[in-house]
Amino acid sequence: MKLDSKIPEGPLAEKWDKHRFKLKLVNPANKRKYNIIVVGTGLAGASAAASLAELGYHVKNFCIQDSPRRAHSIAAQGGINAAKNYPNDGDSIWRLFYDTIKGGDYRSREANVYRLAQVSNNIIDQGVAQGIPFAREYGGLLDNRSFGGAQVSRTFYARGQTGQQLLLGAYSSLMRQVAKKQVQLITRTEMLDLILVDGKAVGITTRNLITGEIATHMADAVVIATGGYGNVYYLSTNAKNSNATAAWRCYKRGAAFANPCFTQIHPTCIPFSGDYQSKLTLMSESLRNDGRVWVPKKRGDDRAPNDIPEDERDYYLESRYPSFGNLVPRDVASRNAKDVVDDGRGVGPSKVAVYLDFADSINRLGENVIREKYGNLFDMYERIIDENPYKTPMMIYPAVHYTMGGLWVDYNLMSNIPGLFVLGEANFSDHGANRLGASALMQGLADGYFVIPYTIGDYLATNKATKVPSSHHAIEESVALVHDKMDKLLYIKGEKTSTEFHRELGKIMWEYVGMARDEAGLNKALEEIPKLRDEFWQNVRVSSDKNLMNKDLEFTGRIADFLELGELMARDALERNESCGGHFRLESQTDEGEAKRKDDEYAFVSAWEYKGEGKKPALHKEKLVFDNVELTQRSYK
Amino acid sequence: MADMTLTLKIWRQKDRKSPGKFVTYTVENVSEHMSFLEMMDVLNEQLIKKGEDVVEFDNDCREGICGMCSLVINGRPHGQEHGTATCQLHMRKFKDGDIIVVEPWRAAAFPVLKDLAVDRTAFDRIMAAGGYTSINVGGAQDANAIPIAKRASDEAMDAASCIGCGACVAACPNASASLFVAAKISQLALLPQGQIERRRRAANMVAQMDKEGFGDCSNHAECEAVCPKEISITHIARMKREYFKAMALGE
Ligand SMILES: Cc1cc2nc3c(=O)[nH]c(=O)nc-3n(C[C@H](O)[C@H](O)[C@H](O)COP(=O)(O)OP(=O)(O)OC[C@H]3O[C@@H](n4cnc5c(N)ncnc54)[C@H](O)[C@@H]3O)c2cc1C
Ligand code: SF4
Ligand code: FES
Repeated sequence: MKLDSKIPEGPLAEKWDKHRFKLKLVNPANKRKYNIIVVGTGLAGASAAASLAELGYHVKNFCIQDSPRRAHSIAAQGGINAAKNYPNDGDSIWRLFYDTIKGGDYRSREANVYRLAQVSNNIIDQGVAQGIPFAREYGGLLDNRSFGGAQVSRTFYARGQTGQQLLLGAYSSLMRQVAKKQVQLITRTEMLDLILVDGKAVGITTRNLITGEIATHMADAVVIATGGYGNVYYLSTNAKNSNATAAWRCYKRGAAFANPCFTQIHPTCIPFSGDYQSKLTLMSESLRNDGRVWVPKKRGDDRAPNDIPEDERDYYLESRYPSFGNLVPRDVASRNAKDVVDDGRGVGPSKVAVYLDFADSINRLGENVIREKYGNLFDMYERIIDENPYKTPMMIYPAVHYTMGGLWVDYNLMSNIPGLFVLGEANFSDHGANRLGASALMQGLADGYFVIPYTIGDYLATNKATKVPSSHHAIEESVALVHDKMDKLLYIKGEKTSTEFHRELGKIMWEYVGMARDEAGLNKALEEIPKLRDEFWQNVRVSSDKNLMNKDLEFTGRIADFLELGELMARDALERNESCGGHFRLESQTDEGEAKRKDDEYAFVSAWEYKGEGKKPALHKEKLVFDNVELTQRSYK
Repeated sequence: MADMTLTLKIWRQKDRKSPGKFVTYTVENVSEHMSFLEMMDVLNEQLIKKGEDVVEFDNDCREGICGMCSLVINGRPHGQEHGTATCQLHMRKFKDGDIIVVEPWRAAAFPVLKDLAVDRTAFDRIMAAGGYTSINVGGAQDANAIPIAKRASDEAMDAASCIGCGACVAACPNASASLFVAAKISQLALLPQGQIERRRRAANMVAQMDKEGFGDCSNHAECEAVCPKEISITHIARMKREYFKAMALGE
């Protein structure tokens, strides 16, 4: 396997402009001759489908849910970054680039991240033009707030519903193209395989989730924007339908999977409460702007939070990190929460939580201001926990939230399979080993609105479309594979439900491939996951009708893939014997217990190549070169 | 509180064409901390083990934002809790021994797909009829070029909070989609970016709503009462004004 990142030559700030000029164009009259498949309608997929259609390409756009507007992006709360520098507080494209590279603990490509920072401003312009009601100040101009890992206010938001508003903006542009018949929308349909002919991506195999019908769709290029794989942990903040299947199928067809072990554990989530629990709920990180994180100084302190006097509270983030305080990056905040809980100072019924306290802010700003900023989050908290967070501090604990890893892509967002492009959370591109808050929305939309429209044209212009007859053996083989897997699952008729297997997988992943990892634990995971997978294939029981709507069958298929992906994540984590960002190896820490990178050995992207059933995947390394930033040990002190 | 045992009367329907009926189930060991959908998960786990077909119900985010969940619980879309989507309803609102009736949204424009899942693509078609500003990527001016009064922006945001769940339709005696359609028309009518296509948008979206078979609005206000995002019916009044202006003055 050859991995060519195709990073353009020249000074960082000029790379994208020069590259765009060099990319081949498809002439306007020819664009309508091309068909492009876009899988996914989240921020990345919807923005790509809409923009490609605006250019004149024919787009087929797929999603699992009944409407594009339901994609998981809708749930993003806190905001989206851009280097507008409206508050005049020292922001710039360079600073956004620098913060993102540093926040990612120097495990991403300079060129990609710089481009992201460059186009960030266009996203906000585009959103406002679409009629997105971003938060404003009394003077009528846009408001900003700060997020973890940055000392400037560069986050744009729409109450606690920023993802919703950005997605509805992209969705509205998409529906406009649907009305023009430039986009054919195919909802309640799941991609289950990628079709390759002569080594190029030329189509996908899908299942209609209402009728069960298996079909194939052919195109000149395939764009995957199917989101992240956090649900491998069973409990995460992701939506129930979020899954890895499309990306995993691509991997098994030869696409490299990059940095699978880089997962983000978000510090501010509502704590776990019982085995029946189906998901964890995020409380936006923006809360750390006004909330103060603390635990009692004394171990096993059972007093109600408001009965614990000031001097018996440990505001541990403020004392350990005086310059960033409660706004340290997510990985740092999460790990510190784990530390204090492991130290026996956790709070709440389970003792696996810390407080996030708004009393000071409410005193300073008034309850109304806090309500205006976070009202819906506070309401959500109260609904779930049945306590009023205006009066009693919130309880929070880290939960799996985002996956920085994903399919490997080059600077053009094309995978190592020609014609297969990957956008949004599904790729690995911009966040290194840790994503900063409010930058996933930015990346998804940058990919879809401002990168893919240019780079896909170059591929189409330089690759002659292959006419594939519908009887081609690659198509038949793919359809047979999809049928086989489903029939096999239905045939087992075992004793355990797929959810039970998923829960067990989640426990293994959280225990050994979670917030702190070490060699022994990872080896244990590498033993247990294949065992669980074997048991799954002998003992799972699925609700039986494959020709009707059957969510149990859908989910079981996805869990089968998670059972394979989990193993790759553990393998990758074992291979990377350094700590960086969200990947914390106990063997590699500084004297103060912070993550210690080993740049000499590990300044690379791990790209895994599938070698076949039961065979060890092969590791390829894409070396990361830093010409513009100096690699320092991250410090938020 | 001890765990609860509940009786559920659930609408079962094989597919769009088959007739449906209520089937009664018992669910034990329901904890008060469970969400309503987690309780439904428990039921489905039992059914799988017994070799019976699971009860289909739409859901995704389970945080009240995607608009996918859609159950009529004891006769009320999204259940009894004000301003709460089904997925955010918790079992602490019920008590041991309760009999709970669970049905799908019922409206001619929302045909049942299976059990409790319905087809809401009519909403997408209404959006396609005009729920956007016609600007392509690339040409937008600086985001701060046009100041917008905070009040207008906030009100637009109130409308834009609609999650497209369809509870308003399910609650309306006429199965009108007015609250959903009004929310979008109103949002864009309040913002400068929406002005150019304002009348055209109102005319086309309302026409599409009629075409999809949704009823008229006769001011029952049931929609506002069940809306999980508490979208106000004042937006319907604005939509009506927009529509009449469009009819009177043309596009
Ligand atoms: C609770 C929460 C809050 C967040 N808040 C923020 C925030 O404030 N700021 C920020 O920047 N980021 C935030 N994030 C992260 C961010 O929301 C996501 O990373 C981002 O929205 C992912 O967008 P996407 O387009 O890549 O994928 P998604 O939005 O996940 O979309 C995936 C799409 O792919 C489709 N799909 C998946 N598999 C298949 C298949 N096999 N076949 C067909 N279709 C398929 C789905 O139907 C869907 O349409 C948050 C995440 C969570 C979980
Ligand atoms: S107006 Fe309210 S009830 Fe109707 S679709 Fe929107 S959120 Fe749902
Ligand atoms: S499941 Fe998303 S709103 Fe209820």
